[in-house]
Amino acid sequence: MTEALSELSTYIREARPSLVEDAVLAYGELTLVTTGAGVVELLTFLRDDARCGFISFIDACGVDYPARVKRFDVVYHLLSPKQNLRIRVKLATAEEETVPSVTSVFPGADWFEREAWDMYGILFTGHPDLRRILTDYGFEGHPLRKDFPTTGFVEVRYDDSLKRVIYEPVELRQEFRSFDFLSPWEGPEYVLPGDEKAKT
Amino acid sequence: MTEHNVRNFNINFGPQHPAAHGVLRLVLELDGEIVERVDPHIGLLHRGTEKLIETKTYLQAVPYFDRLDYVAPMNQEHAFALAVEKMLGLEIPIRGQLIRVLYSEIGRILSHLLNVTTQAMDVGALTPPLWGFEEREKLMVFYERACGARMHAAYFRPGGVHQDLPHELVEDIGAWCDQFPSKLDDIDDLLTGNRIFKQRNVDIGVIDINDAWARGFSGVMVRGSGAAWDLRRAQPYECYSELEFDIPIGKNGDCYDRYLIRMIEMRESCKIMKQCVNRLLSDAKTGPFSATDGKVVPPKRGEMKRSMEALIHHFKLYTEGYHVPAGEVYAAVEAPKGEFGVFLVADGTNKPYRCKIRAPGYAHLQAMDFACRGHQLADVSAVLGSFDIVFGEVDR
Repeated sequence: MTEALSELSTYIREARPSLVEDAVLAYGELTLVTTGAGVVELLTFLRDDARCGFISFIDACGVDYPARVKRFDVVYHLLSPKQNLRIRVKLATAEEETVPSVTSVFPGADWFEREAWDMYGILFTGHPDLRRILTDYGFEGHPLRKDFPTTGFVEVRYDDSLKRVIYEPVELRQEFRSFDFLSPWEGPEYVLPGDEKAKT
Repeated sequence: MTEHNVRNFNINFGPQHPAAHGVLRLVLELDGEIVERVDPHIGLLHRGTEKLIETKTYLQAVPYFDRLDYVAPMNQEHAFALAVEKMLGLEIPIRGQLIRVLYSEIGRILSHLLNVTTQAMDVGALTPPLWGFEEREKLMVFYERACGARMHAAYFRPGGVHQDLPHELVEDIGAWCDQFPSKLDDIDDLLTGNRIFKQRNVDIGVIDINDAWARGFSGVMVRGSGAAWDLRRAQPYECYSELEFDIPIGKNGDCYDRYLIRMIEMRESCKIMKQCVNRLLSDAKTGPFSATDGKVVPPKRGEMKRSMEALIHHFKLYTEGYHVPAGEVYAAVEAPKGEFGVFLVADGTNKPYRCKIRAPGYAHLQAMDFACRGHQLADVSAVLGSFDIVFGEVDR
């Protein structure tokens, strides 16, 4: 499998050198890094080329790296049933940048792009119907971003006097606790609570 | 007669409709009884599983997978376990692999039994669910005897399975396999040749194979359209390559073909289970059921009480958990509903950086509009039934 993938990787890089910035083979999986401008053309090539035949659209999703200038990755997974191979195509995009939609190449990308918009706020141009999909009607924010709190901002309940469901700011009896289990002698560079004086 | 001003009619199907298989809201635009447009509104069961997994250690993430497709819980855990194992480079001993395959196939039968029989209910028959649920109940008892929970098992853990199976349980599963085909025959007799069932399903929701691939279909949905594609054969994981079973494929890509495939797959699953049972009682009767790497797999309680090293491992693994090297992997299994995949991004800490869950039902449901256009309103529930949608996994 790995040999077939490395052959395929050289083939794609030779056939479309301008579209592939980098190709990584790790854990027996091939990842192509491309740009927002080239993704539609690259995916069309991967679908139509006889040696690729990636006709099945498996997945598209976002990943958030808040520390980077281009903070989001958009990751596509394709499957070639004929070659029995999988491929991953990745591109980086910033918060205010847009990514061309691949719904024209794979109609199955529709909901996956809607989900990436809903969860990360990645804008896809040329998408037929870019609405929120999983979150509530009238939801604000993009929940899978790393700077979105796990507890969220609003909670709902049925109000008996108003006879309808109302939205209120989240109020927790106990704050969401994120436990730090990393061993103090194995790595963390911060000062443990109570140890402030010991260091100086 | 005067001419009336005819306009299209919009109706809401669900979210509290018995044929909506959970909390699906379909906004249907009708021209008379013909469906012009379908707009599924999903997310009513959205729990933010992916966000929650990012805040938990790898082991704590396992139970979230049971709650996705809750009719075949262990198949989901399997994909996550495979992804983590791929990154850690763990080898699973043969007994562990056989137990996993055995329980994956139980999950497949659980799911197909529910789907086939409720699809029959959607188109008007009440008896099949009653027969099917009796068998499902027995299977859930096997779940319970293996891990203590009827549904939310948390049994497949990265490294192997949580506990060993007692031999009596394996024997009972073998005995169940012997009687199950006759129960399937009953359902077969009732449905397969049934005039009403065929009228409601044959030539309904026909999907061409090229459309199926481009729309991200997998599992029964592509096999129904004629592709001989099953991940258990095409990209074998665990010990599927050593087992004997056939992959049924359809010809017409309609709801009836998908029903037939599910019926045959249950028989094939039963065969696989029988082979696993035989091996679990012969050459793999004893031996480890999970990887022996003490840095990933926690020691058993008895061992923990005696050995200092085991105690340390136990404490560390149940608090801090293990660290997974930075990288990205995608692992997929042939879940009953199609390809269930997990795309895992690790950053070298004890928590996943990103865990994207690729649910087969999500890709299938988005094709509702494509598959239902031009059909009658009554066909919507037949198509929905044959798509095998479970909202736990669609909404995540």
